[in-house]
Amino acid sequence: MQDDLAIRARGLRRSFGDLRAVDGIDLDVPRGMIFAILGPNGAGKTTLLRILATLTRPDAGEAQVMGHDLASHPERVRAAIAMTGQFASLDEDLTGRENLVMLSRLWGFGWRAARGRAEELLAAFDLSEAAKKQVKDYSGGMRRRLDIAASLIVSPGVLFLDEPTTGLDPSARAGVWRLIRGLAAKGVTILLTTQYLEEADQLAGRIAVIDHGRKIAEGTSRELKAQTGSGVLHVTPLDPGNREIALGLLGEAAQADPEGARLSVPVADDTEAAAHLARLAQAHIRLAEFSLGAPSLDEVFFALTGKEAA
Amino acid sequence: MSIPLPQGPRPAAPSPASTALTFAWRAVLKFRHVPEQLFDLVMTPIMFTLLFTFIFGGALAGSSTAYLQWFIPGILVQTTVFNTVYSGMGLSTDLSKGLFDRFRSLPIWSLAPFAGLMVGDMLRHTIAGAIILGIGLALGYSPEAGLSGILASFALLLAIGFGWGWIFIVLGLVVRTPMTVMTLGFAVLFPVTFASNIMVDPATMPGWLQAFVAVNPVSLMTTALRALMAGTATAREIGLALLGPALLTLLLAPLTLTLYRRR
Repeated sequence: MQDDLAIRARGLRRSFGDLRAVDGIDLDVPRGMIFAILGPNGAGKTTLLRILATLTRPDAGEAQVMGHDLASHPERVRAAIAMTGQFASLDEDLTGRENLVMLSRLWGFGWRAARGRAEELLAAFDLSEAAKKQVKDYSGGMRRRLDIAASLIVSPGVLFLDEPTTGLDPSARAGVWRLIRGLAAKGVTILLTTQYLEEADQLAGRIAVIDHGRKIAEGTSRELKAQTGSGVLHVTPLDPGNREIALGLLGEAAQADPEGARLSVPVADDTEAAAHLARLAQAHIRLAEFSLGAPSLDEVFFALTGKEAA
Repeated sequence: MSIPLPQGPRPAAPSPASTALTFAWRAVLKFRHVPEQLFDLVMTPIMFTLLFTFIFGGALAGSSTAYLQWFIPGILVQTTVFNTVYSGMGLSTDLSKGLFDRFRSLPIWSLAPFAGLMVGDMLRHTIAGAIILGIGLALGYSPEAGLSGILASFALLLAIGFGWGWIFIVLGLVVRTPMTVMTLGFAVLFPVTFASNIMVDPATMPGWLQAFVAVNPVSLMTTALRALMAGTATAREIGLALLGPALLTLLLAPLTLTLYRRR
């Protein structure tokens, strides 16, 4: 047992009928880290998270969370973690305060201590004014904040966050990001799932990319980008007739946009991008447009798997 | 943003009694925030009571007052049995909202959330029963056994509600939406409550139906409740009334756990 690991998983598998949702995943998450699981819809992210949070039983494989074995001591795992699901797991009929008091009571606080803890959390999550409103009247961002607050009634060793910002507007998303960083700064290990490369890039110390239940890559954001190129050069030839020639000049990694005339090629840095542009200029291919962008999740997938994201 | 994370030891896990109390509190809060649900619980039985007493009562029992003596214990059973559907709907809602996942990831006894639902149900059965009984008393119903009969009857009603509640907890775990639970529930409950001795004496029913009415658990429960209210209950009557709920609990409580763990 390595004590510096918050999560250690080996060969986790879980099928639902014919669908292999999680198909042999190993994971090592160091303590105190923000670790992101990146993948498209249906990649198995949620199932993996639910297995590690003791909510779904694996068909095979083993895992330890904060040193406790998932199979033999699920109750110890539960005592060491908190989970915030994809949909706010709150009682919509109750107010924000009542939800927090109820959950504090279920954690074992007395009535007075439970009320105190609820007030603290409401204040910290900027929800004091909405404390007396029923949760069904909350906005998406408020719900998400209350949901995360509900996971922090006691300090969890590991906090699982399933797509914490899906469906939030940019300012609410930034608020949740600040919150996650704040928690990590206090030493909470965070395992989050996301469909957004940018989110993983912004928050996570390490990223595991999963697809069809398998881990296809893992590393720091920098390491993954080295595989993908740090960015993508997009070019649109002025004359669509030059599209094929340009594609040839850009090399094997280049892709043609199936709908438009745009071509994309991953590049390591601006020098490489400039070299591509110079080659096109030498071949007298005029461009209507060119741009350098961060790789999208689709492009990361293409680079890692050689196929489009599902 | 600074998040107050408590340092030091966590509180000890709550006792089952404290957990039950918290779930009961939740049920009370739901009554306070959604008072309409009280309507759902008692509107139908109130309508049934008024309709049957004043429209059919004279024809069925000679007078409305005489019919009340027959009907009130029966409608109490029907109310309790029907209200178990709402427990299943509540569970289905909690499951679809993911609230149950949160309960499950707490370090509490894995059956505690179900026990919690049951605590809320007992509260609902008591409130609904008290309202129906109150209306009956106001209309002229008089239980011969007085207060002790009423208390014994309510204890039986809670046992009935507890036993039948498992049916809808299982349904809540199996079907996908709260609406399906309700539709399925009423599809089962209408026939078993009408083909019983709740509304009328089965003496005039065809023989094959009488045979069903005689073994229908709803009839057995109603007979026992009438006897308790009248102060004439025998151990056999009460035993037969409790047989259904006991069997349901023995069969369905383990099934609930299995279904729940398999999710």
